[in-house]
Amino acid sequence: MIKDITLGQYFPGDSVLHRMDARVKLLLTAVFIVMLFIAKGIEGLAVGIVFTVAAFLISKIPLKMMGKSLKPIIPVIIFTAVLNLVFITTGDVLWEWKFIKLTRDGLDTSLFMVIRIICLICGSSLLTYTTSPIDLTDAIEKLLSPLKKVKVPVHELAMMMTIALRFIPTLIEETDKIMSAQKARGADMETGNILQKAKALIPILIPLFVASFRHAEELALAMECRCYHGGEGRTRMKQLKMSILDLWGTLFCMVFLAGVIAVNYFTKR
Amino acid sequence: MSENFIEIKDLRFSYINDLEDPPVKTEVLKGVTLNIKKGEFVAVLGHNGSGKSTLAKCINAINLPESGGVYVAGMDTIDEMNLLPIRQRVGMVFQNPDNQIVATIVEEDVAFALENMGVAPDEIRRRVDEALKAVGMYEYRMHAPHKLSGGQKQRVAIAGIIAMRPDCILLDEPTAMLDPKGRQEVMKTIKMLNEQGVTIVLITHYMEEAAQAERVVVIDGGEVVMDDVPRKIFSQVEKMKSLGLDVPQVTELAWELQKAGYDISTEIIDEDECVAKLAELLQK
Repeated sequence: MIKDITLGQYFPGDSVLHRMDARVKLLLTAVFIVMLFIAKGIEGLAVGIVFTVAAFLISKIPLKMMGKSLKPIIPVIIFTAVLNLVFITTGDVLWEWKFIKLTRDGLDTSLFMVIRIICLICGSSLLTYTTSPIDLTDAIEKLLSPLKKVKVPVHELAMMMTIALRFIPTLIEETDKIMSAQKARGADMETGNILQKAKALIPILIPLFVASFRHAEELALAMECRCYHGGEGRTRMKQLKMSILDLWGTLFCMVFLAGVIAVNYFTKR
Repeated sequence: MSENFIEIKDLRFSYINDLEDPPVKTEVLKGVTLNIKKGEFVAVLGHNGSGKSTLAKCINAINLPESGGVYVAGMDTIDEMNLLPIRQRVGMVFQNPDNQIVATIVEEDVAFALENMGVAPDEIRRRVDEALKAVGMYEYRMHAPHKLSGGQKQRVAIAGIIAMRPDCILLDEPTAMLDPKGRQEVMKTIKMLNEQGVTIVLITHYMEEAAQAERVVVIDGGEVVMDDVPRKIFSQVEKMKSLGLDVPQVTELAWELQKAGYDISTEIIDEDECVAKLAELLQK
């Protein structure tokens, strides 16, 4: 069961969004975030909402998956909403109880914030849903490659990411094994307070730590045996290729960005 | 077939532990001389700590000789200029398949060595497909390695090596962590590669595997103590046992029968042969 975990949150598919170049998607996600943040009023945000929904429909990702990525940030959403509701006290008073005053402006702002956060999470998780971790790492390496000139170890960072992704399942499996082994020796991991539970993790973490060093040593050896000598002179089997789709995607995104700017301009109060 | 592909001359190697004061030196290889011809299938036997893995690492320039020399296709391993050419010609497969797979997708992993060598993308694609087909893992090319069985992972690791098109493959106990089925898969792949002309150096603990080689080298205490065809090696049952090694089950059976006074030769290494000999014995 534990072996079936997926790496990252990639949801394989064949939509336009899946076929777009990872580099373009990464940059467009940045544009999308800018789009959401420059929207001043609810009208501008509406453009952003339309964009998010459109991208979501194009991606053919099931709605359930979206819910899954929103779930962990529900507390953040609630916190933001409450904070805005309580602390913005200008505008018409809608409801009052002791020192708590809910106002029209507060309600507007908190709604605006909540929608913005939801759009932000949904939109950016579309990137990780439609791009495999390898493509994503490749795209990051390519996009950051100008930094090589200022001696940033871009290739090494990308290689570390790839290896980390590769070893997540291996280490999970190992944790499982160590846990069983310690349980068989009478380790108690379920009872006790938080402090005792944390302490019970030590006999799991130490062997895991030692094991990962062993993995690292052997992996380094195996990599050396396969002529690994850093990023210099390395080629890639899969080349990231831009296609006409990427042009359309960029245009689509730019139209919405322009839309947000226009709406901002015309609704100036 | 006659040219020596790997030449090892009076090789000495020690591990130095600098954590102790004064540093402790453990001599692992004490003057190994060994020649391996192109296209040979050599099995290396020896109990734990005999120096067989160290020897393998000396061949592809991971360990450098303290004295003596190791030459691969005439190239000295001590010269750093030869490092990449040697590693490209002599591939190495390790015991634990998990620790030698680098990428998260099978085909990406097979491409790893070629990417390091700077091969052009189209050529990489072609060689990766070829290598995966050779080990029978082509259908799994898009799978994640952690979802494969041990034998399949090991075959992917072998594919990653043969994609480099090496002349020789060193296998350091490639089947030690596999189940019998995985072991069979890997052995079949190794034999097929040997038939295609790849020199194989197989380090193993399984005598049945060693019996399939053309030549068996036995290492003990950092020295080559026996070097012959498997039939001759395994027939010396007492000597093997004194070195802490086993012989194939069929050889052992023949040996026990011989000890019990039956007229049977111990130069038996495979089952069919053993059955024939036993039938002969029963008819007498």
